[in-house]
Amino acid sequence: MAAKADSILVTEGVSIRFGGLLALAGISLVMRPATITAIIGPNGAGKTTLFNCITGFYRPTEGRIIFRPDGRDVVLNRLPIHKIAQLGVARTYQNIRLFGQMSVLENLLVAQHHFVNHRLISGIFQTRSFRKSEAEAVEQAWFWLEFMGMEQLANQDAGTLPYGQQRRLEVARAMASRPRLICLDEPAAGLNLQESEELNQLILKLREEHGVSVLLIEHHMGVVMSISDHVVVLDHGEVISDGTTEQVQQDERVIKAYLGEEDAEELQSVTKGAG
Amino acid sequence: MYILGQQLINGLILGSIYGLIAIGYTMVYGIIGMINFAHGEIYMISAYLFAIFLALAGVFGIDSLPVALLFTLAFTIIITGLYGFTVERMAYRPLRGSTRLAPLISAIGMSLVLQNFVQLAQGANDQALPPLYHGVLRLGGEEDFVQITHIQIIIVAATVISMAILTYVINNTALGRACRATQQDRTMANLLGINTDWTISLVFVIGASMASVAGVLITFNFGSFNFFIGFVAGIKAFTAAVLGGIGSLPGAMLGGILLGLSESLFAGFVNTDYKDVFAFALLVTVLTFRPTGLLGRPEVEKI
Amino acid sequence: MNIPAALKDSAVASLIALALFVPMIGLVLKGQSLNIQLLRALFVVAAVFAGRMLISMLLQSGLLGRLVEVIRKVLVYLSPVVGLVERRSFRFIGLLLVVLVAVPFLPGSSNYLIQILSLTLVYVILATGLNIVVGLAGLLDLGFVAFFATGAYGYAMLAQYAGLSFWAAIPLTAGIAAAMGCLLGLPVLRMHGDYLAIVTLGFGEIIRILLVNMIDITGGPNGISVPRPTLFGLGFTRRLEEGQLGFHEFFGLPYSASHRYIFIYLLILAFTVAAIWIFKRLREMPIGRAWEALREDEIACKALGINHTTTKLSAFTLGATFGGVGGVFFAAMEGFINPSSFTFVESAIILSIVVLGGMGSIVGVILAAMGITLLPELFREFENYRMLVFGLAMVFIMIWRPGGLLKVRRKTFARGGHGG
Ligand SMILES: Nc1ncnc2c1ncn2[C@@H]1O[C@H](COP(=O)(O)OP(=O)(O)O)[C@@H](O)[C@H]1O
Ligand SMILES: [Mg+2]
Repeated sequence: MAAKADSILVTEGVSIRFGGLLALAGISLVMRPATITAIIGPNGAGKTTLFNCITGFYRPTEGRIIFRPDGRDVVLNRLPIHKIAQLGVARTYQNIRLFGQMSVLENLLVAQHHFVNHRLISGIFQTRSFRKSEAEAVEQAWFWLEFMGMEQLANQDAGTLPYGQQRRLEVARAMASRPRLICLDEPAAGLNLQESEELNQLILKLREEHGVSVLLIEHHMGVVMSISDHVVVLDHGEVISDGTTEQVQQDERVIKAYLGEEDAEELQSVTKGAG
Repeated sequence: MYILGQQLINGLILGSIYGLIAIGYTMVYGIIGMINFAHGEIYMISAYLFAIFLALAGVFGIDSLPVALLFTLAFTIIITGLYGFTVERMAYRPLRGSTRLAPLISAIGMSLVLQNFVQLAQGANDQALPPLYHGVLRLGGEEDFVQITHIQIIIVAATVISMAILTYVINNTALGRACRATQQDRTMANLLGINTDWTISLVFVIGASMASVAGVLITFNFGSFNFFIGFVAGIKAFTAAVLGGIGSLPGAMLGGILLGLSESLFAGFVNTDYKDVFAFALLVTVLTFRPTGLLGRPEVEKI
Repeated sequence: MNIPAALKDSAVASLIALALFVPMIGLVLKGQSLNIQLLRALFVVAAVFAGRMLISMLLQSGLLGRLVEVIRKVLVYLSPVVGLVERRSFRFIGLLLVVLVAVPFLPGSSNYLIQILSLTLVYVILATGLNIVVGLAGLLDLGFVAFFATGAYGYAMLAQYAGLSFWAAIPLTAGIAAAMGCLLGLPVLRMHGDYLAIVTLGFGEIIRILLVNMIDITGGPNGISVPRPTLFGLGFTRRLEEGQLGFHEFFGLPYSASHRYIFIYLLILAFTVAAIWIFKRLREMPIGRAWEALREDEIACKALGINHTTTKLSAFTLGATFGGVGGVFFAAMEGFINPSSFTFVESAIILSIVVLGGMGSIVGVILAAMGITLLPELFREFENYRMLVFGLAMVFIMIWRPGGLLKVRRKTFARGGHGG
């Protein structure tokens, strides 16, 4: 498929059904490497469900999810969650899921589990190679803490951090697992304006400095329009619009989905009247 | 054929007892999410209370057996309920909202307390009650027959009646509504003016009462008991509750009867010594295929 | 002070106590009649009234809060031991180790004391194993006694039927226990919290039932005797086997049974130190972090590429190995075992040590193990009340410190250097 040639993630007609509810109805999209793709849509549109399909928590009833970390196609549909993660897909959650009683730095060490030497005997006897691998992991952890500007919190329990810092730590933890694709589920939810602005800058920096592809669920339109390369709009489990920020902004279906049928007509008549 | 019938009846009786005790586990679990490890001891206490009150009725010169039984039953249920209430007040309520393991340890401690309390107060010997009632129903011929004692019939009837009353209370009364609301969302129920503390106490009292019905019935049937019977009965009933799907009332009864039947059939046709092994193996098998039990709602964690 | 309110509370409490205790304590079943001992019951009720009154007064005057605070302060700051424990746990362990090594050679020592201390150490090994499963991995295991039994009976039977020595039996039995841990782990992988609890409890019961009923192999309820361990082939028994050299003969000492007690004790002490050391390492290793992460959030754990199946199984397997080793030592120190040492109460005691000590904490577990085995010894005159008091203590400690005695100190990391 030509469209796939330069892509990191392709979904082909992904559908999922929960009892009577068709939560995703044939989602097809193509995501280019090292871009920020925003997924927007009203509550209950199926955004988180799509993330859950990509990261392996849900099995799509139909369709294929193809991940292309290094030019080779990997179909994710049937892989267990941890295998998908090991291929280079990381995520954050709409409701924060940190390891609350572990320290901030330990959270970042856990994320590197499959990169470090985790053999039992090496660890118990603390062999040279083990110590080296641990030191590297700790170094990486510090790197991400610095990146997020939270070095001074390294030894605090993650669960005791203020909300905004927890959100950041979740992103840092996802990045520490060295992903090719990172899925951020409403990372700015509950943040104040300034915190949210800082986080956006960090997300941009992630893509620029680390070449990671970002799939972002975000409600704040200003943010979406300013940092995304590509926007996909979901409603009732369907893609209703897909394109650049300008294309999506002008799409009538999007306006309708967001404002409701009547409001949209009203808006149009108002604009017409005004124009 | 007749052996099968006999074992089915024995299993049904045993299962009813397990089911009645399992109600207490399942209701408490449903409402505060803890395993009330001391529940088996509550059942054991009720067996003692029954014997004590029955003897007391003798002391007071109540001669008519039905009157004595009624008097005994009422007092046993009330005092056992009070034990359930007190246990919750002392050992669990101070731990509400703490870690998941703290109440469990407290409950294990409480279970040791109750066991040793009864042992100290009443002695370690096996207690025996004289057979109160002898009636037997025989189905079949001279040689092959199924034997049902009248007491067994009473057990099944009492179980059905208790279940019916409980179902009615839970589904149709204000008390039951408060229970269900507290189970679904304690904070919300509290905001809506339900006294959730009292509701939780009530659940403990109901659970203890059901266990006391079981304790009375089993003592009535077998006549012998000691301070240690709570442990095995507790484990079995807890197994039954989990088998049926913990948190579900019909599940507790179903689990109890299933467990009773399989135990009794295994004991009758295969081996008595290993019937408990079979019971646990059954539990593991069911949970392997249905991790939340037969009638339990599958846990869906929202991601 | 509001005395009427206090009186009212106490009156309610004693009314309840009256209803609870008059039938249970006051009317004692004696065959089919009653032995009426109302005075006894009333005495308890009066005690409840007085106790409740006291608590009310203390609460009202704010004295209780202050009292608790003072006790806490005394424990934490004034007592050098506890203060030391909270701040410098490994120095504390070092000090404790010196004392423990010295104990058998001190004047007041006796075989009895050595035996009790050996038992305490066995509990430390067991609790350390369970601490992996419950404290680190957060898997509620109510049947840990199964592995303890596997270890003890494994050694006894390997010695009896295969003629294996104590030293050969240790690794082999540990391996068998590990396999059992894995076996238990498999079906429970998909189960959560309390479902896990009942299945593990059932597993423990199954093992006990097998031990009781497989009379031909295990000796059933009568138990099985266990050979005494040897030191490089030197025996410690009075009547030695054919061709065996006795420890006392080799060193030209008069025979004394205490040699054996001391030998086994020091052996267990060495293994306890090893167990604690391994646990400490595990806690700071990738696998230990993965266990804790799994306990904290299984979903996030999987999505970071951690295989939850192998991680859980490894916790069960390693925990079981510790349990098995503890069992071997128990059998060796007792010389004779029977199924009554492997009941659910044992699982409950081991779990209490872990939870009372503070889950995941090393020093907490050592202190709790000592408390649970040594304190009852101090109250031997009250033999009958021991388990009652033990149960009450469990309840009170949980209410007082639901998180256990000690909080785990996490490893801290310093920038640029290595963690310390
Ligand atoms: N595990 C599930 N079982 C049943 N319904 C689900 C499940 N997960 C999601 N849904 C339903 O799918 C729809 C989409 O939900 P979601 O993806 O969370 O929406 P959002 O776009 O707000 O993230 C909702 O109607 C939700 O109730
Ligand atoms: Mg969502």
